[in-house]
Amino acid sequence: MTVLEQPGSSRHTSGPAGPPPTWRPRVDPAPLLPDAEPYRLLGTEAARRLDAGLLKRLYAELVRGRRYNAQATALTRQGRLAVYPSSTGQEACQVAAALALEAQDWLFPSYRDTLAAVARGLDPVQALTLLRGDWHTGYDPHEHRVAPLCTPLATQLPHAVGLAHAARLKGDDVVALALVGDGGTSEGDFHEALNFAAVWQAPVVFLVQNNGFAISVPLAKQTAAPSLAHKAVGYGMPGRLVDGNDAPAVHEVLTDAVRRAREGGGPTLVEAVTYRVEAHTNADDATRYRTEAEVEAWRAHDPIALLERELTARGLLDEELAGAAREGAERLAADLRERMHADPPLEPMDLFDHVFTEQSDQLRAQAAQLRAELAAEAEGHPETATGTAPPAQEARS
Amino acid sequence: MTTTTAPAARKPATMAQALTRALRDAMAEDPAVHVMGEDVGALGGVFRVTDGLAAEFGEDRCSDTPLAEAGILGTAVGMAMYGLRPVVEMQFDAFAYPAFEQLVSHVARMRNRTRGAVPMPLTIRIPYGGGIGGVEHHSDSSEAYYLATPGLQVVTPGTVEDAYGLLRASIASDDPVVFLEPKRLYWTKSDWSPDAPTPVAPLGRAEIRRRGSSATLLTYGPSLPVCLEAAEAARAEGWDLEVVDLRTLVPFDDETVCASVRRTGRAVVVHESNGFGGPGGEIAARVTERCFHHLEAPVLRVAGFDIPYPPPMLERHHLPGVDRILDTVARLQWESRWTEGRDA
Repeated sequence: MTVLEQPGSSRHTSGPAGPPPTWRPRVDPAPLLPDAEPYRLLGTEAARRLDAGLLKRLYAELVRGRRYNAQATALTRQGRLAVYPSSTGQEACQVAAALALEAQDWLFPSYRDTLAAVARGLDPVQALTLLRGDWHTGYDPHEHRVAPLCTPLATQLPHAVGLAHAARLKGDDVVALALVGDGGTSEGDFHEALNFAAVWQAPVVFLVQNNGFAISVPLAKQTAAPSLAHKAVGYGMPGRLVDGNDAPAVHEVLTDAVRRAREGGGPTLVEAVTYRVEAHTNADDATRYRTEAEVEAWRAHDPIALLERELTARGLLDEELAGAAREGAERLAADLRERMHADPPLEPMDLFDHVFTEQSDQLRAQAAQLRAELAAEAEGHPETATGTAPPAQEARS
Repeated sequence: MTTTTAPAARKPATMAQALTRALRDAMAEDPAVHVMGEDVGALGGVFRVTDGLAAEFGEDRCSDTPLAEAGILGTAVGMAMYGLRPVVEMQFDAFAYPAFEQLVSHVARMRNRTRGAVPMPLTIRIPYGGGIGGVEHHSDSSEAYYLATPGLQVVTPGTVEDAYGLLRASIASDDPVVFLEPKRLYWTKSDWSPDAPTPVAPLGRAEIRRRGSSATLLTYGPSLPVCLEAAEAARAEGWDLEVVDLRTLVPFDDETVCASVRRTGRAVVVHESNGFGGPGGEIAARVTERCFHHLEAPVLRVAGFDIPYPPPMLERHHLPGVDRILDTVARLQWESRWTEGRDA
């Protein structure tokens, strides 16, 4: 940067020794800075003015989400899911993500954000195919405008930027919301996505769910930044810090950011401070890297309990609301249990169908090989081949 | 752009100009085609392949991006999800490596992981290979990485005509294409004219560039002119060499290749990327599996050495030239020379 060649702070000098003409300092960088403390609504005066309908809706979704997490975790123990990264304790972020968007907007979830996808309307079983292992993405992303659950860290963020940018080029009213964890903010794709978004002023919102750990590595070993929201400043976009367990607060901050993006204001980085109450996945032993006392402190700051307190204070938590929420959650769990206990229908020939638009000669030959192997298997072991054998006519072709 | 305004466009066009014309025609035909990358706008690309496109189609259609290859390709993925057909420029072979995760983890498998719901009609243009005196990280032959990744088509033109036709076909494809442009052929001229209709070459079809009967040279991209030169020189040795230009490594045209090798009975694969783990091993194996009973000699390979790409003042020793090809062709006299050697 040529400005460094100037003695002293050239930004504040004038005359012939002034800065070169291309140097354009930001006039007022202050609005980019996040607040020092996470934004909260629950328990404050402002919460009293929140719409009762919104609070009830958030409550029902939180309860449903908690039950979904519990049921999916149980399914891993029964061998029905290969793995499940629970978002218990983080339901407020997930629900707010889904509810902040309009129908035409897009959600770009990571592997821990199944709940956000379900809250957006995705079939709860189809949302789990990746984790069950019957297919990578069990839903059509265009149907509810939910991108595939992304396993590599932060790589879906540039996708969100590109989609939002493309939509704006076409003149469409579409905002993209991309979810990432605290660990993901260390990845290069996080940096590149934020930088592209700011340069292009793309209608995109980044939500960092800071749940304290990247598998076992705590935030202090992940970053030296004052907060993850502070990272926004360097890209030239506002950073907002919010209590991730305060559902109305997350909803308000995200809704503001989405509206701002929709109105042409460009991207926003939101850091929601939350906590991963369960282990990283069922394969992880969280006792190796954190204390039970720490977990207990966070359990006391539970998103559902916080909202219940508010609802109670306003006399909104009656048996009708609680009962309906409970019933909705149990219906979801029962549906999940029933459908996940049935073996998924698998079609081995699917393996070759969607590699290219038109199958190449190489893949056609390999498909023929598998078809022959399946036919032989069906002939030799009819009892084990049920459901996997191709129709006899196809096997002969 | 001179190629479009010159009515008497019989003057020779370069490969770079043919590529420019292909981009321009694709953009004119389909508003979904967007060109993006570092320096592709006002500068027209460091090799001038995108020259004039920003001026003609606007900076939204031919856009300078921040300097970040993963970001360029990653945002292109999102644009493709929204129905655009991005054409991404990676500027130099070794500069594409930061984008490798996006390429392998998302571009190559997006159609597959969504069961066809999200196609990736992306073209990734990568100037590749050596021979232009580039310093370190400007001369890699990276095709083996791409052809080892299921879901990617890998295309590389060896002629000016193909530069136009294959790039048009790549942009038209609903599947992702890694389009490798041989840097040292950018200034190759031919009497190809942008005003004469050029057939859009189908992907996955090899082309016989020279008919012959003694042996087949299987090659592509930057090594094609070298092989044609070697074939001429071989006539003095009594060899009548056939030269097959593969044009696309994925899909691979087994049919044309095997028909040629069965006819000649001998084959040599020629490329400048390193031999160990390189495309030649795969090609030799395919040919051997399919043509074993027609072969008079093992399928041999002529490749660059298994070294990091050398500094430019030494690159001529690394790149396969006519002599190395002819020496290898001589080894195809398997019966007489190798057997005699063993008996001695």
